[in-house]
Amino acid sequence: MRRKFFVLAAGALVAAACGGSQPEPETPEPVAIDSTAIKEQMRRDSIAAAERSRAEAERRAAEQRALAAAAALTTQLTSELQDMINFDFDRSDIRMDDEANLDRKAGVMMANSAVRLRISGHADERGSDEYNLALGNRRAESAKRYLVNKGVNASRINIVSYGEERPLDPAMNEDAWAKNRRDEFELTAGAGQLVAPR
Amino acid sequence: MIRWVGAVTLVLAAGNLAAQDSVPPVDQGVRVGIEYTPGIRPRLVVFPGPGNDSARLILQRDLDYSDRFELVYVGDHQDGAPSSGVNYELYRRLGAQYGVELAPSGSATVVRLHDLDAGEVRSHQTIIFPPPDAPEFRMAVHQVSDEIVRWVTGIPGYAASRLVYVGRKQLWIVDSDGVGNRSLTGADETVLSPAWSPDGRRIAYTQFDEGTGSLQMMFLASGSTVTVPNTRDGLNYAAAFSPDGRTLAYTRSAEGGTDIFRVDIGDMCCLQRLTVGRYADNLSPTYSPDGRRIAFVSTRAGPPQIYVMSADGTDQELLASFDFGATGSSFAPQWSPDGAQVAFHRAVEGRFQVFLLDLASRRVRQLTSAGRNEDPTWAPDGRHVAFVSTRSGRRQLWIVDTETGRIRQLGTPDAVRLPSWSRRFGGVAGVNH
Repeated sequence: MRRKFFVLAAGALVAAACGGSQPEPETPEPVAIDSTAIKEQMRRDSIAAAERSRAEAERRAAEQRALAAAAALTTQLTSELQDMINFDFDRSDIRMDDEANLDRKAGVMMANSAVRLRISGHADERGSDEYNLALGNRRAESAKRYLVNKGVNASRINIVSYGEERPLDPAMNEDAWAKNRRDEFELTAGAGQLVAPR
Repeated sequence: MIRWVGAVTLVLAAGNLAAQDSVPPVDQGVRVGIEYTPGIRPRLVVFPGPGNDSARLILQRDLDYSDRFELVYVGDHQDGAPSSGVNYELYRRLGAQYGVELAPSGSATVVRLHDLDAGEVRSHQTIIFPPPDAPEFRMAVHQVSDEIVRWVTGIPGYAASRLVYVGRKQLWIVDSDGVGNRSLTGADETVLSPAWSPDGRRIAYTQFDEGTGSLQMMFLASGSTVTVPNTRDGLNYAAAFSPDGRTLAYTRSAEGGTDIFRVDIGDMCCLQRLTVGRYADNLSPTYSPDGRRIAFVSTRAGPPQIYVMSADGTDQELLASFDFGATGSSFAPQWSPDGAQVAFHRAVEGRFQVFLLDLASRRVRQLTSAGRNEDPTWAPDGRHVAFVSTRSGRRQLWIVDTETGRIRQLGTPDAVRLPSWSRRFGGVAGVNH
């Protein structure tokens, strides 16, 4: 008896929902739309989704910032490694004002064990062509010795000399000569990503 | 006879050819240690005559460049030439003491040196010159010129020789009279410090590549090259052949500094280190002509100066004395072929000048003063020196007679550096005595 009533009641409900009209077998209007609980659930879901995507965006942005920072750091450290040093006329000893430059290089090399350097020594056009090759070699050696004394493994640095063959400034005056008396530093390995020295 | 004398055009002698190149016979910028008295050189005339015109012109210029004679120039005479015999009286009246005759004799040419005062032939030789357009023609004439110088002075001239040098980045070669400039290496490689083998068949030079340099040996006949063993690493340069041509001494810059090494190039083996620099550099070796000693540059006392050692590296000592703090840095020594002098360049008031060190007295004298002058190299006669000078505005090759100070420019197409002068080329086919 009780079951019969229930069935009837359900039948009445269905009849009411269908509006009594016969031919529409379409999907029923979701009942949940009126449900406060479901609405609430949906609201929460959408908030969670938004939060997730915001977190993801933030994570990505942070990642980008970190990458950019790392790239900027690598660029900066690379340029520190590549910074030239200069020499007095016919001298190969490291000048006082270049010591900080070489100290930075030593620090970067110690913190980045994959980095290898090629130091090339250059001379101005005074001095014989042949002597200048020897002088350039001595200048490259001088910088290498400084870095090795600061703790860099000697096998990570190789030296070459260009003598007076590659002037930065071909003019024949004191300014040009001063520029041309130099060591250049080139990264030959480990240039990918550099970390700052501690 | 009088008609013929009238046809002779006397052109004022010595320095005429040089004057055509706007070069004064004795440059203001050259100091010579001895007094030069014009007219002390014998006057020589190359007789005009039929045939051999181009040979005669080359000969005349060679004999002028030898700086052993004052040339008396006579113009061509188309007629009135005596068919036989030499009019000694005529040439004596022109002030000439020697006359050179080129007389055709069938396909050959008889070269005669006439002593005009004695009125007789002093020396002669018969030669079959290659055709004037053949590549070996000029060298054959140069060899005759050198022989004529020997007939008169006892010492051959230097015309039959060539120089190599670096122009732009390539290796170039040119005859001693400035003819025949051509490059020996490609435009895509950089070469440094060429050096002749004593037999004139090989040139050692440095092939420079990104701060390193290997020594190459070029065989001129074939143009092929081989790399000298043990010179692929580091920077190997400023090579010098021993006089017997069997050993190459050279400079090596690498870890541990710059030092002089030698290698046996007959067997291409047996590398030996001759100097141990520690914190000083040793470079630019040059052999004495007896092969027993090597002069070189060292920074052992601070500034680079000229030292000498035995060819095995022992007995190293200072060669060209200097006052510490006063004498300029000294570079690029070159031992003269007669062994008596070493040429080098030294900074004077910030500019390089060529100096000669007399080994008997150990005295140095300054040879140049105009412009920047560097990298001297000896002619085979041991009397002329070629060097690089900026006196004309850019680096060019100049040749100076160290005895008279007479100077001339050697024509080259480009700015020039690091010249090396060959020994005399001998033995041309077809020369009979």
